[in-house]
Parts: sequence; C-alpha cells; structure tokens
Amino acid sequence: MTNTVMPTPETDAQAVTTSAENYETPQIAIASQWQLMWWKFRRHRLAMISLVIVGSFYFIAIFAGFFAPQATTTYNRKYTQAPPQTIHWFDDGKFGPYVYGYKQETDPRTLERTYTVDKETKIPLSFFVKGDSYAIGFSNMPLSWLNKLHISGNRHFFGAKNHGDPFYLFGSDDLGRDVWSRVIFASQISLSVGLVGVFMSLGLGIIIGGISGLIGGWIDNLIQRWIELLKSIPDIPLWMALATAVPARWDPVVVYFMITVILSFIGWTGMARVVRGKFLSLREEDFILAAQLDGVPAQRIILKHMMPSFLSHIIASVTLSIPGMILGETALSFLGLGLQPPVVSWGVMLKDAQSIRVIANMPWMLLPGAAVSITVLLFNFLGDGLRDAADPYH
Amino acid sequence: MLKYVLKRVLLMFPMMFLISILVFITIQLPPGDYVSAMIEQMRDQQGTNWSPQFEEGMRQRYGLNESVVVQYGKWISNIVLHGDFGYSFQNSEPSQRIIWDRLGMTLLVTLSSFIFTWVVALPIGIYSAVRQYSLGDYIFSIIGFIGMATPGFLIALIMMYIAFTQWGNSLSGLFSPEYESAPWNVDKFIDFLKHLWIPMIIIGTGGTAGLIRIMRANLLDELNRPYVETARAKGMPEWKLLLKYPVRHALNPFVSTIGWTLPALVAGEAIVSIVLNLPTTGPILLQSLQVQDMYVAAGFLLLLSLLTLTGTLLSDILLAWLDPRIRFE
Repeated sequence: MTNTVMPTPETDAQAVTTSAENYETPQIAIASQWQLMWWKFRRHRLAMISLVIVGSFYFIAIFAGFFAPQATTTYNRKYTQAPPQTIHWFDDGKFGPYVYGYKQETDPRTLERTYTVDKETKIPLSFFVKGDSYAIGFSNMPLSWLNKLHISGNRHFFGAKNHGDPFYLFGSDDLGRDVWSRVIFASQISLSVGLVGVFMSLGLGIIIGGISGLIGGWIDNLIQRWIELLKSIPDIPLWMALATAVPARWDPVVVYFMITVILSFIGWTGMARVVRGKFLSLREEDFILAAQLDGVPAQRIILKHMMPSFLSHIIASVTLSIPGMILGETALSFLGLGLQPPVVSWGVMLKDAQSIRVIANMPWMLLPGAAVSITVLLFNFLGDGLRDAADPYH
Repeated sequence: MLKYVLKRVLLMFPMMFLISILVFITIQLPPGDYVSAMIEQMRDQQGTNWSPQFEEGMRQRYGLNESVVVQYGKWISNIVLHGDFGYSFQNSEPSQRIIWDRLGMTLLVTLSSFIFTWVVALPIGIYSAVRQYSLGDYIFSIIGFIGMATPGFLIALIMMYIAFTQWGNSLSGLFSPEYESAPWNVDKFIDFLKHLWIPMIIIGTGGTAGLIRIMRANLLDELNRPYVETARAKGMPEWKLLLKYPVRHALNPFVSTIGWTLPALVAGEAIVSIVLNLPTTGPILLQSLQVQDMYVAAGFLLLLSLLTLTGTLLSDILLAWLDPRIRFE
C-alpha cells in the first residue's frame, strides 16, 4: 500500500532512457506515496508559500540573537515609548540604509514624551554590525551540560552602525527596549510552544485513540464519552484554572513545560479522534485482512501496514492544531497566568498592551499580536494544503 | 423522537457529575489554599506573623482541613440540594449571588454573539457558495481567514484603539456609568444594547469566519447534485430552489457545529470580557482563581460547562428534529 504504480515517464528521466533501449517491455515508473503527496502539495501555491515563510520564521527563531538588533534586556532611558521608524534604503541615490533620529519634547506637567522625526540627523544602518552579545543554542537552562551547547557572538544581521544609536523598527516600550528585537526573541517561545504541545498531544492521542480504535467495545465507548466531555468544557476557563496551579516562582523552563502540558490536556482529544477514525476504517480494508490471514503479528500490522496510510493525515491534523496551541499560550500569558517576564513570548509582550493608556499612546505595542495572527494564518494555509495532499489518490 | 430526547437528557447527568469532579480536582490543584494565600498576602503587606492556631482556626471555619472527598461531597450536595455554591472567602458572602449575577450577563452576551455569528455566517456562506470565486467570495474568504487567525482579545484591543482615537471613548463595560447600579428599566436596556454590540462582534468574529467556510463547503457539495439540475430544468425560480433544497440540506452539518462553536464562544467571552472589563464571568473568574477563592471559581467553571452542555443538547435535539435519520440510529 505504500507504493503505487503510475505511468509517469516524464517525471522520471531514467525511466525514459531505459524504455528507449528496450521498449518491448512496458516501462513503469514507481512513485512512492510520499512523492505523490509532495507533487500534490506543490500545486497548492498558498500552502507552498506558507511553508517557506513558516520555515524562515523558525530559522529566524533559532538564530534570534543574530537576527535581532538588540538583546531583550537592553534598554535606553533616553528613548522610552519611541514610535517606530521607517528605513530609508537609499541615500543620495546610493545604497546606504538609514533612519532619521528622534526629536523629543517632554511635557513639563505630565512628563509625557512626544517624539517627532528629526530630519537633520541620519542614523546609518548596516548589515553584520557589532552589537549586544548573544548565545545561539541552549542557555539559561536548568541543566548545566545543556548550557554548554551554544555559540556566542556579537555580530547582528542588521542594525545601527554605531552601537547604541536609536534604531527602533517597531518602536520601543515603556522602558526603552526595542520591540522588534523582542518580537524576534519571543518567537522562540511562541513558535516552539505549539510544536512541543502538539507532540505531547500527539503522543497521548495516538495511544488513547489507538486503544479506542483497536480494542473497541465498551473501552472505546468510554473513551469517546470522555473526549466529548472534555470538548464540551470551554477551553480558556479550564486552561486558566489549570494554569493557576503552576506557581509563578518556578523555573521558567519548568513553567514553559507545564504550560504545554496544560494545552495538551484538551489538545489530545482532537488527535485521538483522528487516530481512532483511521484505525476503524483501516481495520475493514482488504489488505489488512490479507496480512492477518498471512499470520502477520498485530504489532507489525499496525506499524508497517496501517501507520504509513494514516501518517499523512496525522501530519495534516498536527499542523492544523498548532495554531490552537499558539493562541492558547498567547491567551494565558496575556492574562498573566502563563509565562512570566523576564521570559518573552508574544503573549507576555501583549500583556504590556492591556491598558487603554498604552494602546492609545503606543499602538505599536500591539505588533506582537500581528506576529501571532500571521503565524496562525500561515499554519492554517499550510495545514489546508497538507490535508488536501494527505490523500493523493483523490 | 421522545425516546431520543429522553436518552440525550439522561446522558447529561453522568456528564455533569464527571465535570463536577474534574472541576473540583482542578480547583484543588494549586498548592496551598485560600487561607495560605491570604496569610502570605498579609505577611507581604504588614510584615506581621500569624500564629499557627489562627491559621488552623481559619481552616476549620472554612472546612478546608477536611479530606478532598468530604469537601467535594459537601460542595456538590449543597449545590444540588440547596443551590448553595459555597462561601466566597474573598467577598465574605455566599458565592451564588456573585455567580448568578455574572452568569446571566455571560449568557446574554454569549447568546447574542451566537445569534450574530449565525445571522452573518449563513447569508455570506450561501452567497460565497453560489458565487464561488467571485470578487465577493474572495473578499469574504480573506476577511474570514484573518478573523479566524486573530484571537478575540487582540480584536478587542484593536477596537479599543480605534474607538479611542476616533471617538474618544474606551469601549469598556456594558453600561454607561449612570446606569451601572440602576435597576433595570427601558432606558437602562437601551443603554445596554448600545454597549452590547461591540463585545458581540468581537466575540462572534472568530466563530463567524469558521461557520462561513463550513456553510460554503457544505453548500458547494450540494449545488452540483442532480436534483438541483432537475429542479432547475423544470423551471423553478432560482432563489426558491436554492433555499428549499440545497440550503436545507447544507443546514444539517451547520446545526451540528453548535457543539463546538458554543464552548468556543464561551471561552472567547471569558477573555474578551477581561480586556473590555465587562460585568460577566471572565474578570471575576480570573480574580477568584488568582486568590484561590475556590468555591467561586469552581461554581463558574461548573456552570459555564453546564451552559455549553445544555447548548449541545439543544443542538442535538434540533438536529434530530431536522434530520430523521439521526433519531433512528
């Protein structure tokens, strides 16, 4: 069942040449199921674009220290609440990116700062500039041997030529920290929480869904009712209740792990349903019966005969459930029940943008929300494409 | 039909029983209890130390040093027998007054956002299916995708920004200050309606986007069926044909979505109401969870679940009424 026979000579150059040599035997090119799926997926343009962008998001997240112009903790008292700047790429017709500096006035009564663009001063920008030092890989983990697995550097992909010049692409926050850099660093948490959470749900889903689908009977019935029950509880209130059980003073890594556990608490139900459904329908297939009659052990039937035909569906539903995890973490951190500063995630950043005072004066503080929306949107497109490709025979 | 309804209603009881256990365990999960949380807070504020006897006395008074099973038994039997949801430590009054007040508002807001999602999603879904790949279809699809990808609280924050910069008000609450504690009358109701539409739209947006896609897909499946062609060949007016056959057919899976859209709406309401500071369950639930005011939190969780379970039950019955095949399964 893993291989299918398809006469597609134009996609297999070797097949064409061999058939030219001895064309009396009909030539058959064999494309594996994964190949068929890839061909089908490739045609889904939106999903392809999403795959590339999501891939680059993860790439940037891994090398966040390099791509972010500043560190998350770097602040500048002189430039608090500074609005975003626009990059000008050409200076006098020559390539030389720069941003204009700020002119600021402080209201003597309210001490509120107002910024205007200062066209007199140009702050030169450049690629591969020296700046804050960073570590790529593991750092700040509770295990000391893990922390050795990193490389440090101080070159940044793009930033102000002279270290310390104000360059705030997404503006700066109340303390004068660069929002753009923080959004990049926050993606490490926000993007990985979805993956870790989904894999945890997947593990639970495969085990429980598998038991439900394979054994059937009253166990199946019980598990199905239990899933219905969990699904009928509104998720955010339940997550809130579970998240309060995680003390804020715990190590951030442990809190992070606990949050993914909480998100998987409901997340596995969807996965279990997919797995169960697939097991139930595959059980009736002729090729499974044939394998059973041949005396193939159950374990081998599951792993070698059933797994390949539903793995693709699982990958699609995994992708489609990542957005829920990302949104869940964002919501919890936004409410102050999830991750806590100094850890940065998009939700933690949005927490600073809760009051009307902040939103009215510094609307750029909502930009981490745009990052959330875009990521979720891309995962939805990607998942749609994968779902269509999961069954390449239709 | 009656048998089916009876069966579904009876199934509610074990479900509610299990949910109540789950809720109670969840509420017990945080380390410590209300007394230890309170004492810790007082220590932070005043630097005074509390004697262990005082602590013990408080626990005794609130029944917190009994075993979890006994606590659960007391809690659930009081709810079932007397409608008593326990004591709110924080507010020093019975929880049910706080709970019912807030829950009523939640019900109103959720219900109106639910109606909003249907009123908007149905016609747009039908339009998008009938005029597939038209400009309107694309525009609605794009808006729908963005709506699905943007969490409700973010839409709320953006709306707050727009309202503040455009009209100079902050959108929060469900009443103008002068009506907040006034008894219900026509003026207050009109004022309420004036405030209601904003949370209604914010909470409904995500669900609407999903429902449009479902309606569109269902209807597209039906539109190519031979019976549609037959009716058209017989010269049936297009709109009458559309509403009478394929739309009715596509409505069944639509009704069955209530089972998951309703919990989603209630969940969305919880977080949006915290942002907009609505007098609904969200803000109080958050607060009670933070200070471990456990009976208030447990009551809210239990009743919110009951709300969605009842909604699902009603949708199942509605579906059985619409589609006879389900009744005889």
